[in-house]
Amino acid sequence: MFQFYFHMSKIKKKGPVTGFTAYWKPQSGLWYLVAVISVLVTLVVDVFVPDSQSVNTLPYQIFLGIFIAILIVLWIISIKVKTLRKILYHQAQFIFAVGFVLSVWDILTTKSNILQLPFFPGPAQIISVIVSERETFLISSYYSLRLFSIGLILGTILGIGTGILIGWYRQWYYWLFPVIKIIGIIPPIAWIPIAVVVFPNSFIAGLFLIVIASLFPVAFMVSVGIASTPRVYYEAARTLGANERFLLTHVAIPNAVPDIFTGLTTATGFSFLTLIVSEMIGAKAGLGWYINWAKTWSAYDKVYASIVIMALVFSIILTVLNSTKNYVLRWKKGISK
Amino acid sequence: MSKQEILINISGVNRVYYDTTGKATIALQDVNLDIRKGEFITFIGPSGCGKTTLLRLIAGLDTPQSGIVSIEGQPVEKPGFERGFVFQQAALFPWKTVEDNIAIGLKARNVYKEKKQNIKDYIDLIGLTGFEKAYPHEISGGMAQRVAIARALINEPKVLLLDEPLGALDAFTRIELQNTIRDIWKRTGITIVLVTHDVDEAIFLSDRIAIMTARPGRISEVIPVNLKSERDRNDDDFIILRRKVLEKLELAGKHWSSRLIDPLELPNISGVGEAI
Repeated sequence: MFQFYFHMSKIKKKGPVTGFTAYWKPQSGLWYLVAVISVLVTLVVDVFVPDSQSVNTLPYQIFLGIFIAILIVLWIISIKVKTLRKILYHQAQFIFAVGFVLSVWDILTTKSNILQLPFFPGPAQIISVIVSERETFLISSYYSLRLFSIGLILGTILGIGTGILIGWYRQWYYWLFPVIKIIGIIPPIAWIPIAVVVFPNSFIAGLFLIVIASLFPVAFMVSVGIASTPRVYYEAARTLGANERFLLTHVAIPNAVPDIFTGLTTATGFSFLTLIVSEMIGAKAGLGWYINWAKTWSAYDKVYASIVIMALVFSIILTVLNSTKNYVLRWKKGISK
Repeated sequence: MSKQEILINISGVNRVYYDTTGKATIALQDVNLDIRKGEFITFIGPSGCGKTTLLRLIAGLDTPQSGIVSIEGQPVEKPGFERGFVFQQAALFPWKTVEDNIAIGLKARNVYKEKKQNIKDYIDLIGLTGFEKAYPHEISGGMAQRVAIARALINEPKVLLLDEPLGALDAFTRIELQNTIRDIWKRTGITIVLVTHDVDEAIFLSDRIAIMTARPGRISEVIPVNLKSERDRNDDDFIILRRKVLEKLELAGKHWSSRLIDPLELPNISGVGEAI
């Protein structure tokens, strides 16, 4: 608390920041206007500057058009919704930069051919590939997501179970904790050669790898969370009539929930990595497989397109995870930031 | 007074702590005390006099090396809901709302369904109506202690054990809570044992004050508080009693320093020699 105050007072002295809020960028409509214009300029550049690569630029232009439309619609909504306006104005400078970078990229590639195909496609080329290959991307994303979510859920359940056993019972701690500690630090992808041989198909092998990738971080954090429960919580519960089982279910496990989420975040990151690498090596479907397949055909526009799709899909997953965490840990608000 | 029923009996209790090097500290030595049903008794003394240890022995959170603590004739072996405990730091469960914190005793005893309508009454009793859905981090320290008291009371314990519950609060909040505690005691008729180092608090709240001395911890004297029921901190009798308690505490302090000089006076308990 004291540190927080100290931090605030330092900020106040330095700059124009008047309060410690999430949206601290200048709340100016002018910047937002500049941002919209920058995206508009990007569109104008793509429409009016002649191409020097043969690229279907129409999807890109439609994309930019939708982008501008969304910016305008959001601004209109924000006339009523003040919090949205704060967010929009906070993001204005970044949106401006996005427009600027897209313009430069477009000029360097599609417009001037300074960066050449196939290795350096422009934004128009990537968007055009996403649109024309949308079915393949949808199917690949579906396969990747299926493997990922089954693996992560299974790994998390097993991890929470193992973590509770280790954190609560000393026999389990004695036998399993060293195993978790030693095996847990092995990068999951090191198991690929073994997984490929041991399991009947690539799906189960991939599942095994993702379970491994998520189980260990979750189990470790859960056991730490349970073991670090303040003694006074147990004492309070016991004077209120709690038995051993109640201490576990109503004191130790709830106390470990923040750590479960820490473990889960790490597990999600590991699982992304493991998913893509295992698909690149062993699978016959999924985004990782597609990226590898596109590479062998030197179709680098497709490689970039899959990277864009991955960024999108993984960001959505992390956002969902984060909002779940914020909701479940709402009792913690203000304690930690 | 002596005809009153005895609720808690403490007889011949010794508690010695050993640190990692095997050095012994006598927390309690040959402590004897009867606590009557419905009375408000306070343990007061310098730090290290074992007052908290004694309270924890009654709660069953600690066990004596020798001697016995019994409640209604039953020896205390482990914690139980019939001995409610309020800790110095409220020790509320941060992941539960005020309401759910108060409900936890009912859940732990599997009587939640039958008794959940009582929760509201206890929230009223401690004056926290409107804060049912608040989380512990959203309420003040004084409010947290109110919740901790309600959480213990909802189990309808035979005795309420308060371990310096107001020690960390500011003066105003402390007086407010002292009034609340006295009010609760009058309304419910529950037996309360309080540990404190605040003389005014002890006199304001108690029927009897047990003065404790340090190293080794023991009860040196039990002073009855013969004041009228409506207590006034500026009353003459109150002030006279305050002086008396302070004198006894000072004497207790001197007693302790004389013990430091003469280790031979120490009784014969294993490890005691190394303690001083």
